[in-house]
Amino acid sequence: MKFGIVTFPGSNCDYDAHHAVTDQLGAEAVYLWHKAHDLEGADVIILPGGFSYGDYLRSGAIARFSPIMREVAEHARKGGPVVGICNGFQVLCEAGLLPGALLRNDVLQFRGETVIVRVENADTMFTHRYRAGQLLRIPIAHGDGRFTADERTLDRLEGEGHVVFRYADAGGQVTPAANPNGSMRGIAGIVSAEGNVIGLMPHPERAVEPLLGSGDGLALFQSLLARVSA
Amino acid sequence: MSRFRVSVHIVPRQGILDPQGKAVADALHTLGFRGVGDVRVGRHLVLDVDAASRQAAEQSVREMCERLLANPVTEDFEIAGVAAP
Repeated sequence: MKFGIVTFPGSNCDYDAHHAVTDQLGAEAVYLWHKAHDLEGADVIILPGGFSYGDYLRSGAIARFSPIMREVAEHARKGGPVVGICNGFQVLCEAGLLPGALLRNDVLQFRGETVIVRVENADTMFTHRYRAGQLLRIPIAHGDGRFTADERTLDRLEGEGHVVFRYADAGGQVTPAANPNGSMRGIAGIVSAEGNVIGLMPHPERAVEPLLGSGDGLALFQSLLARVSA
Repeated sequence: MSRFRVSVHIVPRQGILDPQGKAVADALHTLGFRGVGDVRVGRHLVLDVDAASRQAAEQSVREMCERLLANPVTEDFEIAGVAAP
């Protein structure tokens, strides 16, 4: 089981992702430069957080045209798992691998804090090590995290179980006060229709051991390890 | 082939919350510009494009907007002008 972590110019969570999947998970990982055309045999691709291309034009808009994205899209088309975290989620939306868009936080401020995320669907390759309804403490760090899509798309995402994570309060309720960025319907993470591409704004790779304040993100990578190695 | 200067307006689509626009509207109200209603903050791009005709230059920029410059999910664009630079 090998993770491929894409480094775009401006990525800054690639090392965190590497630490999470190697030191904490015990899997193998390689960095994949954005100009490369080879996924080096990686089973799972991670598009990490950061500010690829300085967020020029729109977050993720330029990164989606990086040479490696052709291979990433092909990997996804063949059913290969792809994880987009924060900026990686923005890239996946811009690339059309996930529906919707991530817009400027409604509060107009960068939000960097630990939030509570409720698991909505524990029956995906990314979440089967969680329980539905489980509350996770995971950090966020973004200025453009407001998930936006038209009503039909939102209904379809909800109806087909593609909403994987929502922002919630300590009691597990999805409320406007618990929503750090104004995301529609409190959505923090979604999966593709085929179930092999996930995008989420919270950073599970920054919540993989007690030293970091939470280990709640590790099960996402454990879910993948169990499913992909099996 | 001639060179044309094409300018494009890209704005958040009506109905999609534009917090920047709202913050600007609030500030304008504070300054006493009571008549200001909805404000949308977008981008204005100016592109120099080589094309066979004005129409071709405009068509080319339209395609750029559809494929990269505007987000089809959340933004609308309009060609604001085509001129010789």
